[in-house]
Amino acid sequence: MPDRGFLRLPARNRELALIALALLIATTGFAAVQLARAQEFAASPLIAAAFFAGAYLIAHLVVRITLPDADPYVLPITAVLTALGLIEIYRIDATLARDQGLWIVLGLVLFVGVIVAFRDIRRLETLRYTCGAVAVGLLLATIVLGSEVNGARLWIRVAGLQIQPGEFAKILLVIFLAGYLRERREVLAAPARKVLGIGVPALRHSLPLLIIAGASLVLLVAMNDLGSSLLFYVIALAMLYIATGRLLFVGLGAGLFALGAAAALQITPRVQTRIDGWLQPWADEQAQCCYQITQSIYTIADGGVLGAGFGRGLILNSGGGTIIPYAETDFIYSVIANELGLVGATAVILLYLLLAWRGFRIATTADDGFSKLLAAGLATAVAFQVFVIVGGVIRLLPLTGLTLPFVSYGGSSVTANFAIAGLLLCISQRANRERA
Amino acid sequence: MNRRIGNLFIVLAVGLLGLIAMTTYWQVVARSSLEARQSNVRLVYRDLAIDRGSIVSSDGVTLAESKPGTLDGRTVYLRDYPTGGLAAQLVGYSSLLAGRAGLERSLDPELTGSTGDLAGVINSFDRLKGDTVRGDDVILRLNAAAQKVAMDELTKLGVRGSVVVLDPSNGGILVMASTPTFDPNTGLEQALSDPGSPLLNRATQGLYPPGSTFKVVTAASALDAGLVTPETNFPGPSCIDSGGQKLCNFRDRAYGPHSFGYALVHSINTTFAEVGADLGKDQLEATMRGFGFFSRFPWDYPPEQSLPSGIFNRRGNLIDPSAPIDVPRIAIGQERLLATPLQMAEVAAAVANGGQIVQPEPVQEVRAPDGSVVRRPSPVYLGRAMTTETAATLRELMKQVVDEGTGGAAAVAGLDVAGKTGTAETGTAGKNDAWFIGFAPAESSRFAFAVLVEDVDGTGGDVAAPIAAAVLRALTAQTT
Repeated sequence: MPDRGFLRLPARNRELALIALALLIATTGFAAVQLARAQEFAASPLIAAAFFAGAYLIAHLVVRITLPDADPYVLPITAVLTALGLIEIYRIDATLARDQGLWIVLGLVLFVGVIVAFRDIRRLETLRYTCGAVAVGLLLATIVLGSEVNGARLWIRVAGLQIQPGEFAKILLVIFLAGYLRERREVLAAPARKVLGIGVPALRHSLPLLIIAGASLVLLVAMNDLGSSLLFYVIALAMLYIATGRLLFVGLGAGLFALGAAAALQITPRVQTRIDGWLQPWADEQAQCCYQITQSIYTIADGGVLGAGFGRGLILNSGGGTIIPYAETDFIYSVIANELGLVGATAVILLYLLLAWRGFRIATTADDGFSKLLAAGLATAVAFQVFVIVGGVIRLLPLTGLTLPFVSYGGSSVTANFAIAGLLLCISQRANRERA
Repeated sequence: MNRRIGNLFIVLAVGLLGLIAMTTYWQVVARSSLEARQSNVRLVYRDLAIDRGSIVSSDGVTLAESKPGTLDGRTVYLRDYPTGGLAAQLVGYSSLLAGRAGLERSLDPELTGSTGDLAGVINSFDRLKGDTVRGDDVILRLNAAAQKVAMDELTKLGVRGSVVVLDPSNGGILVMASTPTFDPNTGLEQALSDPGSPLLNRATQGLYPPGSTFKVVTAASALDAGLVTPETNFPGPSCIDSGGQKLCNFRDRAYGPHSFGYALVHSINTTFAEVGADLGKDQLEATMRGFGFFSRFPWDYPPEQSLPSGIFNRRGNLIDPSAPIDVPRIAIGQERLLATPLQMAEVAAAVANGGQIVQPEPVQEVRAPDGSVVRRPSPVYLGRAMTTETAATLRELMKQVVDEGTGGAAAVAGLDVAGKTGTAETGTAGKNDAWFIGFAPAESSRFAFAVLVEDVDGTGGDVAAPIAAAVLRALTAQTT
């Protein structure tokens, strides 16, 4: 295991060793749940663990062949995160875990597809406007065809499946912005004229950015969800900052969004409820505003420093449902904090920090603007999503309907995040090979 | 561009570390205060992890027990009351919905094994470890067979009422019935809003004018003060003038000259009003205090479910000691005098017991899960209500009440029953609160009782005395 000599190992061998470690964690976790809840479950989980291991080993082999110089940490991090999520979902409901296992395998298939298709990441740059158009199309489809779940309009039904197009639109938007900003960053950074002593770029160059700002607010109202629109907007601002270095844009953008959001809140009662629950959760714990968040906090606090242990927390009620509604999706972090305690919850956040660090490191080592912007944008997308959803369930921020990447139950979320992992590996392959 | 990428990473890293800080706050700093919040449903589930002890009657009938079930992979214990409404008010309930009441509440530390002694401390460690804690079992003095007869008799008449039977030698509660009743398994939610107040333990929370049963207290006071002997002569008009108002005998009957003893046996109001006037407020109130009036009995039951008896003002509070009272009318158990059936059973028990007041005691013994006896309460004497001689005199007179007076319907073949009837006006014309208090056998008594029936047409002798007889028959059938 990791020692002084570990970093001198070839990248792919490091990756394999860490994946093996992740699989060890997965097997231990499944066994622990099985032991804690023996009277309820059958012997299938070890088969599931073996299937999980097989899928990851195949993905590793494909990386070994196609991207030999790629970052060796991204894939093992996703392995630990998906394993933790799968174990807790299994602990909540074995049927949901079977689905989630399928999503993980599908996610790895998409991951393999991405690294085979975009092994040369520059091919993606040529597709930037297509990506932008598809992203807008997906979001429009969600608004027009979408069905409301728990008050938010984030899903569309296709062939009996609930799909969350926003998860994919997010990636396509980052690709579009990376291409667009690399192309225009000089003109955006160099002001064409001064208004009130502030340099502003020519309207035709900044128009797309204003469109993004407006569109995010439209999404807030149309989807009835603060989380998604905030996420899109922050990604755009972060990439704009990296491309132009103009904090003024970021400040103006943030102010614009805050004003717009404050106005939009007046017509979105669900978001208002969430704000009430954030500010005054103890006022009426049984009310719609506050039940989820107060139960989440009780569940987290109950875990203490060391937690109850895998499968040993109190998560389900007497009816067999979860005490916190949507525990397997939005509130999976609360379940982890309950069963694994502060130690486990901290480990999960540090894993995301590590993943973000690898993403930003890939961005700094890449030598072309598109790759830098793409890697930084994707890393921001993952890290900020974690910040918003975990911040929501621990009452640091208002609660929103985002998933915890790789951990929450949900096909769209899992597969989209694997696509992000694939793109990061493709960028790092090019950067590392050229440096070598 | 790399410097800006680094800056962005730092901003996001600070955000993620903020998540760790906030999680630490909930799991370490705020944990104990969150755990203590009443609205935290986890508290309820924690209680369910305790295998609460059973409550069993002295004749071996299980009144409350815990049945195992499953919640999220762990064993939990749900409360079950196999006898339903049999002794629902005395036993009470332990419910997720309505909290706890009755003995389930007052004996909670023993039933949950969380007493302050060593066993309780060991249990609290088990609880921290998540192990199942098994509470102690409680065996009551209650006689379930006699309790059932009492409930059946009241239910048969379709009345609201109460029957209390104490063991005069040790205060043991042998019967404590109250109607209407409720099923704590299924009827709790409905009972909370029932206008018939089935949750009310009429034996300890019901306040009723004691009527002529109170003449036992007046007689004790007068005999102890040396004001009268059983032979003291009184005139027997149908009515007298008391404080400007007429005070009459039952059905305005005139008796002619008679002894004080005869007046008790035949419940002559005019005589007792006169005796009360002679006793005066201070003397009568001192005797009442000796019997336990004006304060709660300090027994093993939730204090708010055991009300003091006494003289109440218009707002329903006990009167000030200095407030003026209509002594003659108090002396015959009317005016603003109200008593619980438990208090009147204590009056009878004091006569049976040579004048001593003994504390009501629901518990026979508390047993640890291994069967060993944890606690076996011994009798607690709360003081003397009258001299032994006065008690002996009253015992003789109360025997005559059943043998030749108003309480004939309480007679039980082979058992010397002594008692006193009471028929208190309720303010509604034609409706009375019917009482019968007494003890049996008259010598070396084993049972002291009070029977109360609310709002009936009949008298204490007609309605309440037969119920006492039925319950006494059940008790003697059990114990002889």
